[in-house]
Amino acid sequence: MGEPMVSGVTTVAAGWAVFAAVLLGLLALFAAALDGVATARAERSVAAGGGGRPGGGRRGLAVPLLEAARLLRQCRRVPVASDVLLWRVGVAGLPVLALLMVAVVPLGRWTLFDLPVGVVWFNAMDVAVWAAVWLAGWGPNSAHSLVGGYRFLAYGLAYELPLMFALVAPAVAAKSLRVGDIAAAQDGLWFAVWMPVAFLIYCMGALAFSVWGPFSPALGADVAGGVSAELSGADRLLLLAGRYALLAAGAAFAVPLFLGGGAGPLLPAWAWSLLKTVVLLAVLVLLRRRLPAVRPDRFMEVGWLILLPAALLQDLVIALVAIGRQ
Amino acid sequence: MVLDVGFWVVAVVAVASGAAVFIVDSMARATYALALSFIAVGVAVLMLRQDYVGVITILMMVMEMAVMAVYMVMFMGMNPALMPMSMVHDNRRAVGAAVATFVVLGAGALLIPWPTRRGAPPADPTRALGEALMGPHMLAMVVISPVMVATIVAGVVLAAHRTRYDRFGDDLRRRPARDPRRGGVGR
Amino acid sequence: MTLQTVLLMAAALFSVGLYGAISQQVVVMVMMGLELMVNGVILAAAGFWWFLAPNPDGQVLLMVIIAAMTVEMAMGFAVATLLHREHGTDMTDMAGDLSQ
Repeated sequence: MGEPMVSGVTTVAAGWAVFAAVLLGLLALFAAALDGVATARAERSVAAGGGGRPGGGRRGLAVPLLEAARLLRQCRRVPVASDVLLWRVGVAGLPVLALLMVAVVPLGRWTLFDLPVGVVWFNAMDVAVWAAVWLAGWGPNSAHSLVGGYRFLAYGLAYELPLMFALVAPAVAAKSLRVGDIAAAQDGLWFAVWMPVAFLIYCMGALAFSVWGPFSPALGADVAGGVSAELSGADRLLLLAGRYALLAAGAAFAVPLFLGGGAGPLLPAWAWSLLKTVVLLAVLVLLRRRLPAVRPDRFMEVGWLILLPAALLQDLVIALVAIGRQ
Repeated sequence: MVLDVGFWVVAVVAVASGAAVFIVDSMARATYALALSFIAVGVAVLMLRQDYVGVITILMMVMEMAVMAVYMVMFMGMNPALMPMSMVHDNRRAVGAAVATFVVLGAGALLIPWPTRRGAPPADPTRALGEALMGPHMLAMVVISPVMVATIVAGVVLAAHRTRYDRFGDDLRRRPARDPRRGGVGR
Repeated sequence: MTLQTVLLMAAALFSVGLYGAISQQVVVMVMMGLELMVNGVILAAAGFWWFLAPNPDGQVLLMVIIAAMTVEMAMGFAVATLLHREHGTDMTDMAGDLSQ
């Protein structure tokens, strides 16, 4: 741990991207299964208390696999006069962007893509989610889908700037935009501990770009599923899987940025990276049942009047500390 | 070699999707064709070893095109049904001007005897950029910042149709303000 | 990848953008033409920096270009919104009163 500014991260061959994709898929599957179990438990408790249908949550853990199998057999439906090209680009864009996000995340000592501006890269990918979700809403030529797409853009305008400035804080403290350097700069003290505001805003951003929890009205039941209203078959599977993959990528990126990277006792670095990712991912998944949905129009003011100044103040404090430590 | 092939791919994608902006019929397709062109240029800038500028170009332009698409739909009200339309004027002279510009610029690019490279690239271009911005070239940032703020204010003033009198009443005393949407913070 | 090819690509982008900026009737499409021209300028500046003078502060110019582009976009959107609200139009030909 005595190498503060040397990241010590080695770039692996490009072929390992397949491994990264599999790992990301497994994390997404874990998130989906966890959500399935939580949903099943909630349904059971509702059924027990309110006399609903008994045994409603029987499947629980297997929900994602059963759902995937069902969707893969389902026939694809394409609405009249839809823009299929843009639609498919948007839907397939979500898992691809998640993979591009984790490409700069080191797993212990190894990384796929040791970009000197990894943090900005991640930021660019999460902005591209705007385009993907909106295209997925625009493509099917359906009012409900388009409303969902617009809702997501409205969230985007509110959450993106606070998220950007939250990403700035660890970079300033580590004096580097390279993800490996940021992980290495947290010897002893995790950034999450002394920049809690930035960490919380980052977690909110991860929920938001995954269209998850409080930010799920873009896929809301009140607009018949929003962006997912017209999706069926493999397209629907891609969108749902992409959502979990984005959540997993958000959790994975938080580990080197705020949670000390692979640092930890006993276990090897890669195991710690993975363990922290899984724990944070589980928290993010379970938050869905704890937080209320926020309305896009009202969240705008929250984002600009509360979150953005809070993130800026956090950056100021971090910058002063960073100067003071020189 | 790989870099050369990559560059040509990027160049073809950038120019082709740039041309597609004015060829395709759908507003969404035009906007995202432009986004693709910017992404390709961002990758080209990355290949020219300016990591920060390249990634920032991709980031900003994708974000801007996502917003641009909303404006396109708002102002032009097209559905995705690929309505055929032609919204050009003076097409022939425009083509002439564009071709003439390309010939002049292209000839300049090929014929001018460019000098050889002076100096070596810095080991970490991003760090060099940061130090230049926060050191000898701080004036650039100092000028850009107020221009940005002025842009935000001017943009809101131009685009917003409601004034403070609409919000706070004729004597500016009405609290809370009357807004078409309630905000998320207390009102 | 040489300076010549980079500049050629930049010239092509600039010319296509110029065509759009001249020929399009809709304000937002004109703005897209302008964007494409700036796109070419960014690429040319990056090429000059790398192939001619990769000194530490040449990149500052690129940052200034990008900043200028954001200003152009923001003001363009604001004026387009204003035009749309006042005249119900988004065509440059119908915005003659801006020149009075």
